[in-house]
Amino acid sequence: MKGLIELHGEVEREVYLDSENSGLIFPEALEELMKAYSESGYANPSITHKAGWKSYEVLYRASEEFSRILNASPVELAYTHGATEANNLAILGSAKANKTGRRKIITSSIEHLSVIFPAERLQEQGYRVTKIPVDGEGFVIRDQLEKETDDHTFLVSIGAVNHEIGVVQDLKELVEVVKDRDPSILFHTDMADALGRMRINLKELNVDLASFSSHKVYGPKGAGLLYVREGVNLEPVIHGQLSSQRLWPGVENIPAIAGFVKAAEAMDKLDKIRLVKLRDRLIDGITSQVEDIVLNGPRGSGRAPDNVNISFLYVEGEALIVELSMRGIYASSGSACTSRILQPSHVLLAIGRRYEEAHGSLLMKVTPFHDEEDIDYVLRHIPQGVARLRSLSPIKRKEVK
Amino acid sequence: MPLTYSPKVLELFRNPKNLGKIRDANAQAVAGSLACGDMIAIYLKVNDETHKIEDASFESYGCAANIAAASIMTEMVKERTLKEAWEISWRQISDELGGLPVVKYHCGVLAVGALRRAIRGYYKGKEPPEWLPRELTPDEKHALEEEKLMEILTKKTK
Repeated sequence: MKGLIELHGEVEREVYLDSENSGLIFPEALEELMKAYSESGYANPSITHKAGWKSYEVLYRASEEFSRILNASPVELAYTHGATEANNLAILGSAKANKTGRRKIITSSIEHLSVIFPAERLQEQGYRVTKIPVDGEGFVIRDQLEKETDDHTFLVSIGAVNHEIGVVQDLKELVEVVKDRDPSILFHTDMADALGRMRINLKELNVDLASFSSHKVYGPKGAGLLYVREGVNLEPVIHGQLSSQRLWPGVENIPAIAGFVKAAEAMDKLDKIRLVKLRDRLIDGITSQVEDIVLNGPRGSGRAPDNVNISFLYVEGEALIVELSMRGIYASSGSACTSRILQPSHVLLAIGRRYEEAHGSLLMKVTPFHDEEDIDYVLRHIPQGVARLRSLSPIKRKEVK
Repeated sequence: MPLTYSPKVLELFRNPKNLGKIRDANAQAVAGSLACGDMIAIYLKVNDETHKIEDASFESYGCAANIAAASIMTEMVKERTLKEAWEISWRQISDELGGLPVVKYHCGVLAVGALRRAIRGYYKGKEPPEWLPRELTPDEKHALEEEKLMEILTKKTK
């Protein structure tokens, strides 16, 4: 690994655009994490001594603040160690507590794999999983959801903001479609990529379950949150020593939670217009300089303020990632080659991209830590990198057309 | 199972050797497809009397390992006879590269598949030598399977 890193050599600047896969955290979140580790939150919050109570206090304050940001109650919040765990708890935990006899789960074709995989796991227990298709920009087709929501439906899980293509669903409308049909059908939404990017009002939204992730709001890794509306029945899916909360046993990661809530606060106060400007500077800059590209996901307000996802035809995404890495730019791709299962992104295929378009995709997320100079640096290097890789290829534009 | 490249892969990715077409190539082949995101073109200039490979080059559409595997293979075949080149295995390519990660073995296999396809192409219409197997070797089949599979998958998703 050392050799690989040394081979990169000197670059003019480094621009980290891969917060989809984790990344930097707010300095104030790091400060809170350190403070909790050294002073206020190092003990186990379930234990009855002063140090434990101090930890519990940190946990409780975090829940109060999350309740304010999300419009929920502290008792409705269960901490996990990430959104993958929160999504698993939502789906497997509600199925475990399911006494309705209904066995149909509805989700969408572009959900995060931490939603799709646990749902599919339940097929072993007699559940049926229906994936609602999306249109070419990634919007869930409302009428299809209405058609599929029936007397057998037990749970609907549709994410608020897609992690790959940034499409912002009209969640309020989708929840209404389901709840109008039958208010007892559970509605879960993965909000890992929505938190901090849009106003969230869980009570008004009328969802039953919602998942959140710390590192997606530039908080510490190792903290997640599941909102469980009061009155919704859930069973734990892992078992062990009882902690201060019922649904996710094990020692709470108090320092990470302290950093998580600080990051969520910072995101809450953040100027989203600034992010949108950086996003569009990046999209427009690429669009005007590079030919044969496709923007994945919608433009404008239907797109998360931080998401840029573009397919470069005749370029393989993993090669592009390595090429950009040499230039100090770090991003990711929906190419098969970047995944261990060698399958291209299911999200890109679901919005109708061809395999070669999915392989050539580049996912970049602008963050509060970037400025215009960073984006302009990226805009200088992407056209060069793409041109170099295209020059290596046996397929030239005119041959394909 | 880390997805880690050796420095050699990165070096060849950055500065590939033997890149581009050979104008007077007398054997060439393509393996893989756009749809599978993995494609290698091989160009050989073979001495018709000695059957030695005098020059070799490649073009690649694929990941960094794919580019490096094709590039190192063109280095390996130079000055070898076609028979010697035929015997190069994907494992040797991987070793030359300082070891490919497990999920990238198929890049080496595809490179071998392309090379063998080019060698077969060279003998097309000529009397094939005894050492040339009549049946496709596993590496050649792999390339075919990859191409077919992608054709099926691409149709399915349309």
